[in-house]
Amino acid sequence: MSAPSLASAEPRPPLRPLHLLLHLVLICGSVAMLLPFVWMLSTSLKTPPQIFTYPPVWIPNPIAWENYRTTVSVMPFGRFYLNSLIVATSITVLQLLTSSLAAFAFARLRFRGRNVLFLLYLATLMIPFQVTMLPNFILMRYLSWFDTYQALILPPAFSAFSTFLLRQYFLGIPLDLDEAARIDGASSFRIWWRIVLPLSGPVLAALTIFVFLNNWNDFLWPLVITDSIEMRTLPVGLSVLQGQHSVRWNLLMAGSVIAMLPVLVVYIVGQKWFIQGFTMSGLGGR
Amino acid sequence: MALQPKSKPVDSALATGRRGWLSRLWRGSGGWHPTQQNEAYLFLLPSLAGLLVFTALPIVAALALSLVRWNLVGAPVFVGPANYVELLTRDDAFRKAFWNTLYFVVTIVPLQLAIGLALAVALNQALRGIKIYRVIYFMPVVTSIVAAALVFQWMFNRDFGVLSALIWKLGEWTGGAITPPDWLNSTVWAKPAIVLLTLWKNVGFTLVIYLAGLQAVPQELYDAATVDGASGWQRFRNITLPLISPTTFFLLVIQMIGAFQLFSEPFVMSRGQGGPAQATLTLVFYVYQNAFRFGNMGKAAAIAWVLFVFIFVCTLVQNRLQRRWVHYEAGEV
Repeated sequence: MSAPSLASAEPRPPLRPLHLLLHLVLICGSVAMLLPFVWMLSTSLKTPPQIFTYPPVWIPNPIAWENYRTTVSVMPFGRFYLNSLIVATSITVLQLLTSSLAAFAFARLRFRGRNVLFLLYLATLMIPFQVTMLPNFILMRYLSWFDTYQALILPPAFSAFSTFLLRQYFLGIPLDLDEAARIDGASSFRIWWRIVLPLSGPVLAALTIFVFLNNWNDFLWPLVITDSIEMRTLPVGLSVLQGQHSVRWNLLMAGSVIAMLPVLVVYIVGQKWFIQGFTMSGLGGR
Repeated sequence: MALQPKSKPVDSALATGRRGWLSRLWRGSGGWHPTQQNEAYLFLLPSLAGLLVFTALPIVAALALSLVRWNLVGAPVFVGPANYVELLTRDDAFRKAFWNTLYFVVTIVPLQLAIGLALAVALNQALRGIKIYRVIYFMPVVTSIVAAALVFQWMFNRDFGVLSALIWKLGEWTGGAITPPDWLNSTVWAKPAIVLLTLWKNVGFTLVIYLAGLQAVPQELYDAATVDGASGWQRFRNITLPLISPTTFFLLVIQMIGAFQLFSEPFVMSRGQGGPAQATLTLVFYVYQNAFRFGNMGKAAAIAWVLFVFIFVCTLVQNRLQRRWVHYEAGEV
């Protein structure tokens, strides 16, 4: 930190009433943000007669913990978890690996056709997944991969966006480091692994959170490419539960809590990284 | 790092000499190690192969698919542009889905930006509790959209949902003038219900991105304007808005594309039906229905392509328009 500047940190006298008003608005907004969570939790602990009462009660009495047991018994949520974990983790690892290799080539190596290829990458950024979804679906069926992990993992495992984001970041790392390492006889692969990746900690962390969360919560692709109950991921499993028990709101809400809770807990613990992850991924994509 | 050069020829001439015609083929620009060429392609290979197989070729395949009639069993029948003709001339569901999607774009995007910016400005001014507020507002962003849609579906339940209960309460105070609609079973109110869900879900993202933009605006500008006697509104209008316009542009494009691709929200909230009288049928939803329910792959691909072209054109238009209102001179985040 430099010496304190002459301009004071607070140039205008604090307007008390304005601040109070701002806080009032922000608190109202916060309540609106939290209300659905509370309502979900509350409903998930109610007995059927308590669900259908008017006016609605917020505190269930008696508390029906058994709703969770029932929900897990009618739907194999453990299996859904495992699937979501396998799928989201694999996609994240593959995507970071392939994207960081390609980004390294784009940012730090010279080769014929670099600009043309990069333009191709930028062009694929524009393609919505919904358009490529149908041929991918047909390809997966053709390979007999329908309802398998490969089908869930491979199509989303390659990303022009991640490559683009990492390239932007890699461009900011001084090229002299590579030069010096090359003089010492290091291969490009070694430079990528020992110099560029370790210096890219923040963007790798941001992208990891971003990619993992997006695929953990992804719905459309897992919905169309899986069929059997033991291949369903959490969001799809939840929608299957909705299809079978559409008015058992206490079970549906318990299922929602089961689906949301781990991510929320991890988020509360590491909220700084989550927000940073989204901000970096968001603004880097400009 | 050791300063002992290994016995590898760093001299490019030497290396070229050894490689002959191949290196002339690979020769890049300006004194670089020719082996970098081959290395670069190796580095690119996995990512490029994956993108080709799962994105670049499928987009072409989708175009071909949109010219056939095919229900996944038997052989595809080539029908030329018939799918497109049918969509654009006599498919009522498509027309509905199209207008519904447009409705979502023109409601969600401006509301999202306005509320997100208002909250970000308030948060930036409030000084205290900024961390706590940020954590709370961002919470819905990390949740699963399916779970969120389920919760909202329950909140919008006419008889026992908590939102309806609040409106009944309001109704009591106003002497029965206000009664809650049967949200998700109403052709009028099903769409606003979905808009509310998307706002709740995504406003935290808009807020956080705006906050990053606001914090990059130099304080000196505000100070100078205050000295010149500018009011709060003038400062916002003439300093804040222009300086965060790149952020606004980015969010505008991102949210617009997102709104065009709306699927999970209407799918879950209408129990996979598309709402009363297709009131919440969106284009992607209609793609899904055609491909996986009506066994009409060709038509589904045609709808997807129409959507793609539409998103593309809208993005280009935004890109054109940005020259008029986006300032990149200063304060680039």
